[in-house]
Amino acid sequence: MENLLAFIATRYIYIMTIILMMIGLYALIAKKNLVKKVIGLNIFQTAIFLFYISFSDVDGGTAPIFLPDGVSATYVNPIPHVLILTAIVVGLAITAVALAIVVGIYEEYQVTGEDGLQEVMKRQ
Amino acid sequence: MIPGILPLLAITIPLAAAGLIIATGRHMNLRDSVTLGAAASMVMVVLAMLPEILAGGRIGITLVPLLPGGDLALRVDALGMIFGLVASILWLLNSLYSIGYMRALKEHDQTRFYFCFAIAIAAAIGIAFSANLVTLYVFYEVLTLITYPLVVHVGTPEAMQAGRKYLAYLLGGGICLLAATILTYTLTGTTEFIPGGFLAGAGAAALSLQVIFLLYLGGFVKAAWMPFHAWLPAAMVAPTPVSAFLHAVAVVTAGVFGVVRVAGWVYGVDLMADLGLGVLLAVIASFTIITASLFALAQDNLKRRLAYSTVAQLSYILLGVSMLSTAGLTGAVIHIPFHAFQKIALFFCAGAVIVGAGRENISDMKGIGRKMPVTAVMCAAAAAGICGLPPFCGLVSKVYLSIGAVQAGELALLGVIIVSAVLNVAYFFPIIHTMIIARPSDDRALDTVTEAPLIMLVPIILAVTASVAFFFFPAVPFLDLAEIAIADMSGAGLP
Amino acid sequence: MNAVISQLPPLLIVVPILGALLALLLGKWKRSFAYPITLAMIGFQFAVSLVLMESVMDGEVIHYYLGGWPPPLGIELVIDSFNSFVLVVILALALLTAVWAREGADLDIVPEKRVSFFVVFQLLVTGLCGMAVTGDLFNLYVFLEISSIAAYTLVAAGRNPRSLIAGFNYLILGSIAAGFIVLGIGYLYIATGTLNMGELAVMLPAHYGQATVYAAFLFMMIGFSIKVAFFPLHLWLPDAYTEAPAAVTILIATATSKVTAYAMLRVIFSVFTLQYVTESFPVTELVLIIAAVAIIAGAVLAIAQDNLKRMLAYSSISQMGYIMFALGVANQAALAGGILHIMAHAVMKGCLFMVAGMIIYRTGFTAIRQLSGLSRRMPVACAAFALAGASMIGIPPTIGFMSKYYLVLGAVVAGEYLAAAVLLAGSLLAAVYIWKVIEVMYFGDVHDEDLGGGLEAPVSMMVPVIILAASCLLLGIFVELPLEVVGPAAAMLLGGD
Repeated sequence: MENLLAFIATRYIYIMTIILMMIGLYALIAKKNLVKKVIGLNIFQTAIFLFYISFSDVDGGTAPIFLPDGVSATYVNPIPHVLILTAIVVGLAITAVALAIVVGIYEEYQVTGEDGLQEVMKRQ
Repeated sequence: MIPGILPLLAITIPLAAAGLIIATGRHMNLRDSVTLGAAASMVMVVLAMLPEILAGGRIGITLVPLLPGGDLALRVDALGMIFGLVASILWLLNSLYSIGYMRALKEHDQTRFYFCFAIAIAAAIGIAFSANLVTLYVFYEVLTLITYPLVVHVGTPEAMQAGRKYLAYLLGGGICLLAATILTYTLTGTTEFIPGGFLAGAGAAALSLQVIFLLYLGGFVKAAWMPFHAWLPAAMVAPTPVSAFLHAVAVVTAGVFGVVRVAGWVYGVDLMADLGLGVLLAVIASFTIITASLFALAQDNLKRRLAYSTVAQLSYILLGVSMLSTAGLTGAVIHIPFHAFQKIALFFCAGAVIVGAGRENISDMKGIGRKMPVTAVMCAAAAAGICGLPPFCGLVSKVYLSIGAVQAGELALLGVIIVSAVLNVAYFFPIIHTMIIARPSDDRALDTVTEAPLIMLVPIILAVTASVAFFFFPAVPFLDLAEIAIADMSGAGLP
Repeated sequence: MNAVISQLPPLLIVVPILGALLALLLGKWKRSFAYPITLAMIGFQFAVSLVLMESVMDGEVIHYYLGGWPPPLGIELVIDSFNSFVLVVILALALLTAVWAREGADLDIVPEKRVSFFVVFQLLVTGLCGMAVTGDLFNLYVFLEISSIAAYTLVAAGRNPRSLIAGFNYLILGSIAAGFIVLGIGYLYIATGTLNMGELAVMLPAHYGQATVYAAFLFMMIGFSIKVAFFPLHLWLPDAYTEAPAAVTILIATATSKVTAYAMLRVIFSVFTLQYVTESFPVTELVLIIAAVAIIAGAVLAIAQDNLKRMLAYSSISQMGYIMFALGVANQAALAGGILHIMAHAVMKGCLFMVAGMIIYRTGFTAIRQLSGLSRRMPVACAAFALAGASMIGIPPTIGFMSKYYLVLGAVVAGEYLAAAVLLAGSLLAAVYIWKVIEVMYFGDVHDEDLGGGLEAPVSMMVPVIILAASCLLLGIFVELPLEVVGPAAAMLLGGD
């Protein structure tokens, strides 16, 4: 019990991001509405971003800024932040394309749900 | 070994002809003269190499480095020359015959027919002249594929069904051959054909070598050994020149040729004896001979009866190989050309009957010998040759096989030969009897029957004449070639 | 000259981006400008890739540091024999597809969207080239996503409304896969602190036993497997290939799948070296089994299809199994066969999909039984299909046979006889589904007489088809030439960078 609590205490961030990822995946797979699927995808991707940022944190570190008199002693690792900026843009593009496709599907079939889609497919 | 361009020429001539045939497709006479011209020049090219081979030399050329295991390379030796001569001479005869047959029946898609034929000959010569297993495999598969359009030529659902069976058996065989080739390569690091074989030095377990030989046998399903022979009777749905070709020249001969090649140049006679493979081959061959002859008795369709006869005759060659004795091997090797000439004559006759009388079943052929004398007589002659009667060359090979059986001490095989000889007569005699001696129940049934056109008769007469000539002069050149080939195979240590 | 060549790699990425921009701007002005720009840019890239391959053939490796920053600070581009080979293949296919798409795009893309189509086409090529050239793992992910997003867009761009749904499913699954990959990259970064592939290969062995590295490997494998459509994670592929515009199918079936397979092999062999996958975390046996199942399952499903493009899609799943087979055996011969198969499959499938597109373009037929007697109307197209099909089955001396030979050889040398037998059985199954089409084309009665005869497609569509079909045969006969590059590439992968 002690160990478990200590485990959770030090790694709670990771556990939370994993839970968030699972929520995103669940939405992605189980929800029938296409827009909700896209939202789930976003949640999944955001969870990954949070994971990256959380492991870049250094205990007691501050922002990585160059001061005129040199660098402060400990600073947070800036590289994952940089990576995530890129990944956020990627996620943005994916969401844009996904929503564009959803709009197209809606215009074509007047449904935004998978069960509606399946019905339409059967009727065709 | 002399490097030479002639082997390559022998393959490129039919390939070039194929291209020209497509180009001249619309002009029938031009197209057919392309075929004839190519066949004639190919015969000359192959004959040009004959003196060198008879003197014991070899001619070779490496084309492209291809795969680990073997380059695409050609090497002409005595055994290859035998097959090469058969292929080229019979292509000439067959082309003459096909022109007559296809025109007489006004067949469709003739350009596709001649195109596929030309490429098939190139593949057959490639098999004959291949220097290693990889080259053999390449041409083997090409042959399978390019004969498919020939088999399904008529395009009826029945033909398509037969074509699927054909492909299934032959492609499956190809897979076995590929597996055997790769296994041979991984064991020994090479696939070059070496007189006397090279597998003995591999130091592999006897069981693996036996399994590999089984794979080879599976690969050479083109030799139509039972129980994997069903593709051959099914392929009879093809036009007769195709059946003649398949049965005498290319596909089946390629199959037995492959077995002989592997037995002598990959395994070697001694290794075969040590592994007991001779016994295995003998069992398969004997079973095939007897069973196929019995099946032949039951067929009423002439081409199907000839098909089963071919299955049996091919296993004579396998039987000869299984004896592993000088005379037996000689008999096997000379049976390749002798059977080819006689069988093609028989199929030509069957085709002539289709053209001249429109009949395919023996029971319908009562007394047509009166209206088609040449055909019937030639048919009788060729049949006599297959049965092993003088003065036809079939007797020569039978004699060698019988001596070989005695030499090897396998009197059971001698028994098989004798029994099958009886069966041969049993299924051939009724054909001759029906054609020549019997009378049709309705005299007017023969009114529409005419003799086949001259262009079809000439090849038949030439083939039969050849078989007579080979009886009187067997050494020219086949027996001489066979002797060199056997010497290659064995080196020393044959009874 | 060497100085010039070492500066070439970034051109491969910059040129198509520039081309996309130019095509967008000039295309707004005059629609017909978009296509020539595309053709010119991709043609230039192809020339550059040939130059690059020539200079790395002897084992030299080109390193290019973007912005002059050496790793681990900067992003590195690396050209060696493996990826230069892949680059040449995909750029050749992209060029031929671009030529084909001159008329072929009209089949599915409305004229108003033509400019956008070629812009996104070039962006797709950007992503693919970037993936092939990069030496940095996160950069790989970025370019993977660039190419994927472009691919999602293109797949959904057809006239057929079902392409929207296919594109959406592709997007969902592809994005999940990308998420897994980036997660895996994150774990690797946590373990070693670097993202550069070369440095990772050096630093990872110290961490081999750690759970972090296991997790990284698993996530990346699963992510890549989805992207590569490795059975059983292939579910997006049949719909995407079938419903996408014809030109798009050709490009994603050949280029995208190949580069993604390249990325997977690169990560496994150059980052997690061979030692890892055979000793520390032995997955090769499992991969071999799954690959064997993929080969059989893909082929069986292909046999059951009536739609031509869908049949080819399942065939692609089966063929990707061959490349995974190479991964599962992981010796010199098998890897050489796998890399050779990357080229072989691109050429063969490209030709087959092009012919399928041509048939739909001219006749509107999508079902195999409608192709009855087509050889009389479209003789050249059917002949090309027959040749490429023979290569798929693995008839010598085509290139398809050569790669299959190496794969079987590799399996036999490794003692995996059962796997070799499965591979051989796979080619028999391929014979069934290919032969079904050839039989119908050549020996069936002509379907729908009203269409008339002489339906051969326009020249700009025929030329790439003929080139590809001839390549199936010529590359096979002269297989020594590709092997000069592929052999050392395989050796390098096995020996580690």
